[in-house]
Amino acid sequence: MFRARSIQSSLSIKDKIISIDYILVISIFILGLTSILAMYSTDGGEFKYHTKSHILRFFVFFGMFLTLSFIQIRFWHSQSYLIYILFFVLLLGVKYFGLTSSGSKRWLDLYFMNLQPSELMKVGLILFLAKYYHRTSIENLNRVRYLFLPIVVLIAPVILVATQPDLGTALLIAAGGLTVAWLAGVRVKFFAISGLAFLALLPIAISFLKPYQKSRILTFLNPERDPLGAGYQIIQSKIAIGSGGLFGKGFLQGSQSYLDYLPEKHTDFIFTLFSEEFGFFGSLFILLLYAIIVWRIIKIGNVTRSNFGKLFCYGFGTAFFIYVVVNMMMVLGLLPIVGSPLPILSYGGSSMMAIMLGLGIVMSCKVYKDTPVN
Amino acid sequence: MFSPSSGNTVIKSKLIGRRMFLLTAAKAIVTFGIIGRLVSLQINERTKYKTLSDKNRFREWKLAPERGVIRDFFDKEIASNQQVYQVHLIPENSKDIEKLFVRLKTILNITEKKLFYLRRVIAKQKPWEPIIVSDNITWSEFSRLNLFLHELEGVKPIVSVARMYPDNSSAHILGYVSQVSAKDLQTKKYLKDLHVPGMSIGKTGLERKLDEEIIGKIGFQRYEVNAYGKRIKQILINEGQAGKSFKTTLDFEVQKFTSELIKDKAAAVCVMDVYNGDIISLVSSPTFEPNEFVHGLDKKYWNSLIKNEMKPLTNKAIAGLYPPGSTIKTLVALSALENGVIKPLDTFKCEGKIELYGEKFHCWEKDGHGIVNLRKGIQRSCDVYFYEVARKLGVDRLSETAKKFGLGKKVLNGFIEERAGVVPNTKWKKKFIGQNWYLGETLHSGIGQGYFQSTPLQLCLMTAQIANGGFEIKPRIIFDKKNNNLREYIKYKNENPNDPLPTDLLVSNFELKPLFKNQEHINLIKDAMFSSSNEPGGTSYRHRWENKKFTFAGKTGSSQIKRFTEAQREAEVKQESLPYKDRDHALFVAYAPYSDPKYAISVLVEHGGSGGKAAAPIAKKVIKKVLERHELRERIDSLLGEQV
Repeated sequence: MFRARSIQSSLSIKDKIISIDYILVISIFILGLTSILAMYSTDGGEFKYHTKSHILRFFVFFGMFLTLSFIQIRFWHSQSYLIYILFFVLLLGVKYFGLTSSGSKRWLDLYFMNLQPSELMKVGLILFLAKYYHRTSIENLNRVRYLFLPIVVLIAPVILVATQPDLGTALLIAAGGLTVAWLAGVRVKFFAISGLAFLALLPIAISFLKPYQKSRILTFLNPERDPLGAGYQIIQSKIAIGSGGLFGKGFLQGSQSYLDYLPEKHTDFIFTLFSEEFGFFGSLFILLLYAIIVWRIIKIGNVTRSNFGKLFCYGFGTAFFIYVVVNMMMVLGLLPIVGSPLPILSYGGSSMMAIMLGLGIVMSCKVYKDTPVN
Repeated sequence: MFSPSSGNTVIKSKLIGRRMFLLTAAKAIVTFGIIGRLVSLQINERTKYKTLSDKNRFREWKLAPERGVIRDFFDKEIASNQQVYQVHLIPENSKDIEKLFVRLKTILNITEKKLFYLRRVIAKQKPWEPIIVSDNITWSEFSRLNLFLHELEGVKPIVSVARMYPDNSSAHILGYVSQVSAKDLQTKKYLKDLHVPGMSIGKTGLERKLDEEIIGKIGFQRYEVNAYGKRIKQILINEGQAGKSFKTTLDFEVQKFTSELIKDKAAAVCVMDVYNGDIISLVSSPTFEPNEFVHGLDKKYWNSLIKNEMKPLTNKAIAGLYPPGSTIKTLVALSALENGVIKPLDTFKCEGKIELYGEKFHCWEKDGHGIVNLRKGIQRSCDVYFYEVARKLGVDRLSETAKKFGLGKKVLNGFIEERAGVVPNTKWKKKFIGQNWYLGETLHSGIGQGYFQSTPLQLCLMTAQIANGGFEIKPRIIFDKKNNNLREYIKYKNENPNDPLPTDLLVSNFELKPLFKNQEHINLIKDAMFSSSNEPGGTSYRHRWENKKFTFAGKTGSSQIKRFTEAQREAEVKQESLPYKDRDHALFVAYAPYSDPKYAISVLVEHGGSGGKAAAPIAKKVIKKVLERHELRERIDSLLGEQV
């Protein structure tokens, strides 16, 4: 314990800067620049509101990410429950003071930005469970009483978010939490049991679904069911991507988005726009960037010594991967449209903030890889 | 606390690492799945999606082509186009259609019924497709509309062209145009790629016959549109192609003259050039107003048309079927001569009636014509003489000659309303009526009654083919210079019957087909017709022209509607005293001038009584008019000849 302390205290600023994972930083930066390009295209090739505000957000939160990288891993460990509680309080705040837009209550008005706490909760839950399972001994791991707390901290925000209603984000929060629990060694049978319980509750859950959500799921199963209604988005997205072909229609030439056939092109369908303008190779380029980012996050998880760091990196890396593939599969017509942004590429401050927060913690795991957390 | 858990921590790390490895493998699989999907969408199916994307992106608005015009022989437009003012509406450009309708009602004359119809069209169409609120508004309405345009969102004032007929004298032969119906779209293949909302197509007559060519080629404007249907920019415009215009053989002046002459009667008149078959005039009466059909027919007017017992919508000249009556006697005589059944000077005694096969056959002259030969038979139209001739000839030989001269089949090409008529014979009766031929029916056929049915145009053609010396001609209504040299042909052949045609006349591939075995027989008939019109006792003697220039040779006829009862015959009931519907149809055929035949004419007056009284006077006037205009026509013809 003493030795560990000395290692930590012996790190000079230079050491810390050198130990940053530059491949990760550069990949994120390139992705950020790409996102600005895409945003510029959604604004019809002009520097308008979305582009300007996206540039601002990217650089602010990118700076935040770099700054957070130098915060001690011990801080994240010690404060993770508190961070979770803070995010949970914000979520409760949404319930009572939230802003309502297009039928759902997701945002808090913070004057300088509209905050979406559910995005932050994606990281908060992973952080909480990483600490919890770091502290739980392997003998206790699968004892039923040690499962209570994880279930409560997972279910509570998920229900809050699902009732906003925001089914997509709720599912993604749950996915992150479950990943951490599984990685920590919770037996598969518990997942099987809770899966069965979930299935049993599904009919009740469905009765709580809003009509538009039901319609989205039905539409996913058969997009041509209602080509002008709910299926419209999936069909138009597939047309945009398919018509991009190998090399794309060219920058600012995506007719599907330029002529407004593409819905939500700033947010959920940003990949579609990029795919239409830059084609198959453009899509592969984005996919490659994401693969590098996930790979680097996992790699940091490999080198960091503490189980807290490993659990967080693996958990966040996997969650990040899930965000990416869920969004892509959605716009490619492989999943129903549930409304989930593409990390960094999509327009949206809260999502950017949450991702950069997560990446900051990951980078802190790298910088302080040999530092024990407790 | 720390040390026991240290080994624990390592075990845990290993567990975490193992599970992470499994996750990584799963991620790789999912990633390849996404790449596979991208390959399928962006590489394998890219053509399909590119097409779909273009379908989204471009939208075309069709432009109706301008219909070709129809001219008469003197290049006067008899079916032309006029500028019309229309109101179009693009539903999606209007925020509140109902409010707009209320506003429009105060500016234009729109009925509630029309609004009901418009609502139905709007519900059926795509919101960006224009609908036609009114296709022909007056200039004052149009200017008022333009004045209030700023408060009529979605409304577009349009200046367009529409069919306009300067006169209704040619309504039947020209036909009319009207809106495309659902049935038209099904049955007319050429409309498949042609349909534009509000486009008119030919429904009858020449308009119908020429529709495919006269309608033109559709144009379009291609716009790039956004998802809301708003036009972003015009990509392409294709003006389309105005329809082909046609020149006809009709003479508009004669049309007007004739139409005026018969306007109060249910009648038809045909005039034809005896050499090249050019139809100079073809008029049916009463006529209708073709312009009424162009912009949607008024129900009241339509009802008045279909309820009128004079049947104004029927083109009686080609779609009216009448027994040819005594006009057929020319052919009966010719057939008998050709078949050697009679000699011109063979005589027969007419005593007013004849009893054969246990039935009485009456002559129209109750007291009889006395001794009658062929010439007198035709001149006086002696029924008893022709009963005798027909009896000797037989119906089958008669039908052969009648068919040769154009009866029993359609004369024109492509007029859906034209009817073929009937030339009866034994086989025909067996086939269509299912009975054997009675000999008595042969006698009725001999005077053009019974089963015989013909159109006035067929009778005109029959007369023309007798007048030109017995050569087959093909009547036509579309002017065609190339096949116009038949006149020299036939004239040469008439003057040098035994010489082969000189090769310098063989410029056309038209085959000169004589309809006779001995041309002398034709001349006998022509001479008999002359006597009928120009010698005392002839049935149309009272209406002759003394002036050689106009002298015509004709044949009267009246086709019986109802048989006279013996009682009526005894009481000498006059046609005029019968109820209108029971009176005979009056017929008259002629050619003129006698010395150098140029034109043939047929006149029909429904329920007009006798041909000599009702039909011949009309023919007389029309013949004069046509012959007066002959020189002018000739001059134009030779001018056109130089051009070709």
